[in-house]
Amino acid sequence: MSDWIAIAKLDDIPLRGSRQLKTDTVDIAIFRTGSDEVFAIRDQCPHLGGPLSQGMVHGNTVTCPLHNWKIDLESGQVKAPDEGCVNRYPVKVEQGVVYLGPLESHDA
Amino acid sequence: MREKLVLIGNGMAGVRTLEEVLKLDPEMYDITVFGEEPYGNYNRIMLSPVLAGEKSIEDIILNEKQWYADNGITLHVNKQVTQIDRYHRKVVADDGTEAHYDRLIIATGSSPFILPIPGADLDGVVGFRDVDDVDQMLETAKQYNKAVVIGAGLLGLEAADGLLKQGMDVTVVHLLDTLMEQQLDSTAGAMLKASLEARGMKFLMRHQTEALLGEGRVQGIRFANGQTVPTDLVVMAVGIRPNISLAQTAGIYCERGIVVSDTLTTYDPRIFAVGECVQHRGATYGLVAPLFEQAKVCANHLCQLGYGRYEGSVVSTKLKVSGIDLFSAGEFIETDGDETLVMQDPAEGIYKKLVIRNNRVKGAVMYGDTLDGSWYFQLLREETDISSFRSTILFGQHSVGDAGHSGGSKMVNLADDAEVCGCNGICKGDIVKAIQDKGLFTLDEVKAHTKAGASCGSCSGLVEQILVSTVGSDFDATPSKKAMCGCTDFSHDEVMEAIRKGALKDMATLFRYLNWSTPDGCASCRPALNYYLLSSWPEEYEDDAQSRLINERVHGNIQKDGTYSVVPRMFGGLCTANDLRAIADVSDKYDVPQMKVTGGQRIDLFGVKKEQLPAMWKDLNDAGFISGHAYSKGLRTVKTCAGETWCRFGTQNSIDLGVKLEHFTWGSWMPHKFKIAVSGCPRNCAEATIKDFGVVCIDSGYELHVGGNGGIKVRVTDLLCKVTTEEEVEEYCGAFTQFYREDAHYLERTANWIERVGMKRIKEHVVDNETGRKALNERFKVSQSVAQIDPWKERADGAESHEFNPLKIAG
Repeated sequence: MSDWIAIAKLDDIPLRGSRQLKTDTVDIAIFRTGSDEVFAIRDQCPHLGGPLSQGMVHGNTVTCPLHNWKIDLESGQVKAPDEGCVNRYPVKVEQGVVYLGPLESHDA
Repeated sequence: MREKLVLIGNGMAGVRTLEEVLKLDPEMYDITVFGEEPYGNYNRIMLSPVLAGEKSIEDIILNEKQWYADNGITLHVNKQVTQIDRYHRKVVADDGTEAHYDRLIIATGSSPFILPIPGADLDGVVGFRDVDDVDQMLETAKQYNKAVVIGAGLLGLEAADGLLKQGMDVTVVHLLDTLMEQQLDSTAGAMLKASLEARGMKFLMRHQTEALLGEGRVQGIRFANGQTVPTDLVVMAVGIRPNISLAQTAGIYCERGIVVSDTLTTYDPRIFAVGECVQHRGATYGLVAPLFEQAKVCANHLCQLGYGRYEGSVVSTKLKVSGIDLFSAGEFIETDGDETLVMQDPAEGIYKKLVIRNNRVKGAVMYGDTLDGSWYFQLLREETDISSFRSTILFGQHSVGDAGHSGGSKMVNLADDAEVCGCNGICKGDIVKAIQDKGLFTLDEVKAHTKAGASCGSCSGLVEQILVSTVGSDFDATPSKKAMCGCTDFSHDEVMEAIRKGALKDMATLFRYLNWSTPDGCASCRPALNYYLLSSWPEEYEDDAQSRLINERVHGNIQKDGTYSVVPRMFGGLCTANDLRAIADVSDKYDVPQMKVTGGQRIDLFGVKKEQLPAMWKDLNDAGFISGHAYSKGLRTVKTCAGETWCRFGTQNSIDLGVKLEHFTWGSWMPHKFKIAVSGCPRNCAEATIKDFGVVCIDSGYELHVGGNGGIKVRVTDLLCKVTTEEEVEEYCGAFTQFYREDAHYLERTANWIERVGMKRIKEHVVDNETGRKALNERFKVSQSVAQIDPWKERADGAESHEFNPLKIAG
């Protein structure tokens, strides 16, 4: 998978919401913020593995549904006072379609 | 170009204001700070422990110089501002340094009041205010033996205790005959004096100082009665005086302090003032909690938000002398018409006094056992009606049954490895370390950094105790008004009122109208706002799925492994053989790993994958089941016992009544989960007296109980009233539920709500006022007319399908 692949229409993701993307190797959470930006990070909280795609999206942040850790969607960094980070994946929106970038180099 | 903000006074109030400004808008100002002392901002309150040798200066620094650099702040230390040139809008320091300002904050603090008596300028005469004073005292203690402290107030006694610990022979001189008369009544004052005397402190009460004797260095002190006492050190602690001369010279209006409005603005609108130099509504403050409240409001206006308002502070004090527990707050000396509640145990050295007016706590003095100080202070500030627990209030919070305390074990005596927060496994030592290392001041900060008290919250009282014993009670004050979350300064009550009075009917309008600081809230305020909008405008507001937490969004409880549990509703706990067969079939078909009978008389199917939910719900729907809402902030279950239908003791048909109540109340969204039970006789097999609404059938009718909780902290219900017919039970149930829906804060169980507002208020609305009760019940019915839609059916029919189907990469 070295090319950008279409994964969904933008409208398939609710505003201030997310969708889970299952791949062979890893689950990815695709987020759409209130200002219509789209981000993709690994669907696993660095704390105890909670599914981030089930969390609440506010600003460019998602709050984990299990223990309320807050993760910055842009940087993948956990917000203070908690510490940690999550893998990010390249993602872009063109003409209402969401594309996921090549995974190899980012998928740890 | 950015505007210039200058701060005069590098102390706690001023720097806290800068921190608040940086939090609100880090890009707004170029900031310059002038400080007279060579240090960064340090924690002045901790000077007493430094004097007592328990801490070093490094321990109490709050903002290292690096902090100023990191935030792009220009810091001038060792420079005293000598002139404010308001015409050219600049300040000038003693070494000629100048800085221009667009906005200026004066936070010059206060100085110890030095008695204007002969000899006051001798060497060895000091105040107790800054690091210099403490250094001088420590030096003196090394070379000399005798010390006199003038003034037996809070500061004086802390200084005396510190000097005693440094090995000096200390005499405390006081003009009046009660110690700490601003904080203590005569009984508590006498107890304190006795215990300080037992440590070796000497007292000269009713002594007026006339002169300090000696040449070059102080050698003695003479009193108005002619008596003289030899000494090597005199500490003046007779009071503090706001530093206003700089402001006065600049022509800014001052009285005792620099006079400011509720926005912390001086008479010059470009100039703000905060902290101990300020006079607000006639009052000056010398404690930290009010300064922090001022800082927050001041920053609000500096950042041009324009809605913060400082309305004065109620303060509490606690003596930071280790081993002495003492607390006082509010009007602790009774005036005409007040009542006092007193508990005194001379053998144990315990004294508690509460001053009560109209069933509200107005003041408190405690000696020996101050465990409940912060609780009394909270009752005082929130003006809680105490009539329902007045008879036991002196025994403390644990006797009332609110969350928080475990027996009488005092936090100070607890070992460092004792577990405080059972949810997150946090020990006392972890909390103390975080408070000291990270300079934490508030309960919220401690929760954020340690997670102690951040889950179920039942240990909050203990965590607060640790905070108090670690940093002194100046910090124990939770703000008098609790902001809803970090996105706003408004409290739950203010937001609820704005929604109803301002007819705010959608979230975007609400954010704009109330100046929310974030574009779309956070995980804490969004669910609350969604609930308030929904309960205020049930027929108009459209529920926002993205503002609901996951459980309510997918109508199941998320489990730790990311699977969900499914609980079908069984009204009143009744079921048929066909029901059980249907559940068994579903369990087989979807390979449910485990089933369990719940405490609420339902069957729980665990370990269901999210994708399976809609199909499973459809099968259960087809068998006649609807969602059991076992995940919702709303009605969970109505539990019943056998009742007169079967039981030889039963007095009424409890099963039938329970089923009716469940049909009446299911589907309603509430501030928190809500449980009902109906017991057929006073033996109470359905445990109705630990439910939110409990019915206990009696021969002559029905007892209605409210506010019970079997969870984190067991709370037995309060009796609401007795009624005689099932119709009345239903009417009271609807009215009580609706009042809870309209009045309680989001995430507040009925138990906490009743403890906060008082049972009297509940009875006034639900029992005493018949018209009001009927109106409440009608509003509940209106809300139910649009709420009783089975979420399972909607989703089985395809609603919200994106929640249940992951995206897949094609090919």
